Amino acid sequence: MTSRIRRAGEDSLLVETGSLEASHRLDALLRADRPAGVVEIVPGPETVLVTAPGADLSGLRSLLSHLLDTARDAGAGASMAGRSVTVPVVYDGADLADVAALSGLSAEEVVERHTRRELVVGWLGFAPGFAYLTGLDPALHVPRLPTPRTAVPAGAVAVAGPYSAVYPSASPGGWRLLGRSLMAVWDVTADPPAVLTPGTRVRFRAVAG
Amino acid sequence: MPGPYATVQDLGRPGYGHLGVPRSGAADAPSLRLANRLVGNPEGAAGIELTFGGACLRFTSGAWAAVTGAPCPVELRTAGPPATGLPATGLPDTGLPDTGLRTGELPGTGLPSTELRTGELPSTGFRTGELPSTGLPGGAGREGLPPGGPGPRTRAVGPYAPVWVPAGGELRVGTPPVGLRTYVAVRGGLDTPLVMGSRSTDSLSGLGPPPLRPGTVLPVGPTGALSAINVDAAPPTAAPPEVLRILPGPRDDWFVPGALAALCAGPYRVSQDSNRVGVRLEGARLERVHDGELPSEGMVAGALQVPPDGLPIVFLADHPPTGGYPVIAVLVSADLAGAAQLRPGDRVRFRLGRGPGASL
Repeated sequence: MTSRIRRAGEDSLLVETGSLEASHRLDALLRADRPAGVVEIVPGPETVLVTAPGADLSGLRSLLSHLLDTARDAGAGASMAGRSVTVPVVYDGADLADVAALSGLSAEEVVERHTRRELVVGWLGFAPGFAYLTGLDPALHVPRLPTPRTAVPAGAVAVAGPYSAVYPSASPGGWRLLGRSLMAVWDVTADPPAVLTPGTRVRFRAVAG
Repeated sequence: MPGPYATVQDLGRPGYGHLGVPRSGAADAPSLRLANRLVGNPEGAAGIELTFGGACLRFTSGAWAAVTGAPCPVELRTAGPPATGLPATGLPDTGLPDTGLRTGELPGTGLPSTELRTGELPSTGFRTGELPSTGLPGGAGREGLPPGGPGPRTRAVGPYAPVWVPAGGELRVGTPPVGLRTYVAVRGGLDTPLVMGSRSTDSLSGLGPPPLRPGTVLPVGPTGALSAINVDAAPPTAAPPEVLRILPGPRDDWFVPGALAALCAGPYRVSQDSNRVGVRLEGARLERVHDGELPSEGMVAGALQVPPDGLPIVFLADHPPTGGYPVIAVLVSADLAGAAQLRPGDRVRFRLGRGPGASL
């Protein structure tokens, strides 16, 4: 696949990485040795947005093209061993029985499948600290609620489509709730404020309420 | 627009987009920077962003202030002229009359920090009556005015210039005839708590302090380390632009070949649903060639994101850092502040601006 670096206004370049893994590698390369003038690096499933107001974008484009080659060359030892986090969860969510019914599993099997695999933080969006966790067991891919809840509490552990998430703060939300995290994943007084940053490997662990 | 809306804003929280945090900050950042320069603050100090003007700000201690952005009539109401007939300036300890424009630091305020207090935020015009007693220290007595002296005095003061507001004085900001967002800077800067390095209210995520309400008390930071005020006036902000310049992409190839031409054929009308997240537009619908969903990707301020209804939204300061709708074009950086001054009902056109492949 040919890579492309697209212009996003005068200050930003949107790098098409083609894969989440390459996005994470490019993100890590840029953070490890941040080019002059770069103020934002925002990875997505198939892109990385790089913002550098006032910088020489043609020079940055050349550098990004070179780094992208490295990031896409997964076999060359560029694989990133992201941080690993275990999140303790009390599986007493309001939608656990519905998710079980939708997936044709028992509630115990839902918990077992949610805790068995290691997930990876793909990217963040929707709200500060809201991490889209990729790698969810396909049996747990269920649709969003037809009508979102007006209030989901902070710490709610949920699934929707191919993703899982831990709600970082109270907000409206349409994902199906499996339980609640006993670990705060978002704290504006911490640095960094998010526990779940792009590339972080996450394993859920069932604990008693 | 749901009536006047006022928030504390500085230059926002850059660098946290990968954690889902909008940049936020002043929607018209050059106007906030200008207001800060006028009072000798660092350009990134926190000030007040007013929407459709309309504020009565009572100062419990004397301070320099400046008003920029959408041009509002501004009045200063003070306790009353002293017996000498000089203006009631309340310049503490200096014995100098207020000439309206002064350069240099006013010595002798004697306070490490001051407060200002927001009054009513009327939807139109000035508040005309007296504010009820605030019970705060300050007021006429501190300025040595004789009890029972002449009554309150109101005079017009210019926006785009530093103005000394004495203790107990009220800065009254009216409604702008054009434009949308007006900025009030106070020497020392607003000293509300920092959240992730910024004092800005982020209307999308809820980070930062809540919008101002009648009675909100805003602490003002110390002025001792600031340099002298060395400007006495600034040219007014230009009226909101009738034309915004754009650069195509990054996802112009998601639209039919004529979509950019349709976008530039305009005009578009600014919708009532516009806010700090974005300027919603009504006009020609932009037709896509791809129906699928774009994988979520990073978004920039000034992006023209096109949801499935085909009507573009110009992203402003509180835009989400990632999104799944294609961006057909992005404003040139110099035109972002002008976009933030568009008000519901305004008409605006787009044209291709500078940049590779642009036709001028």
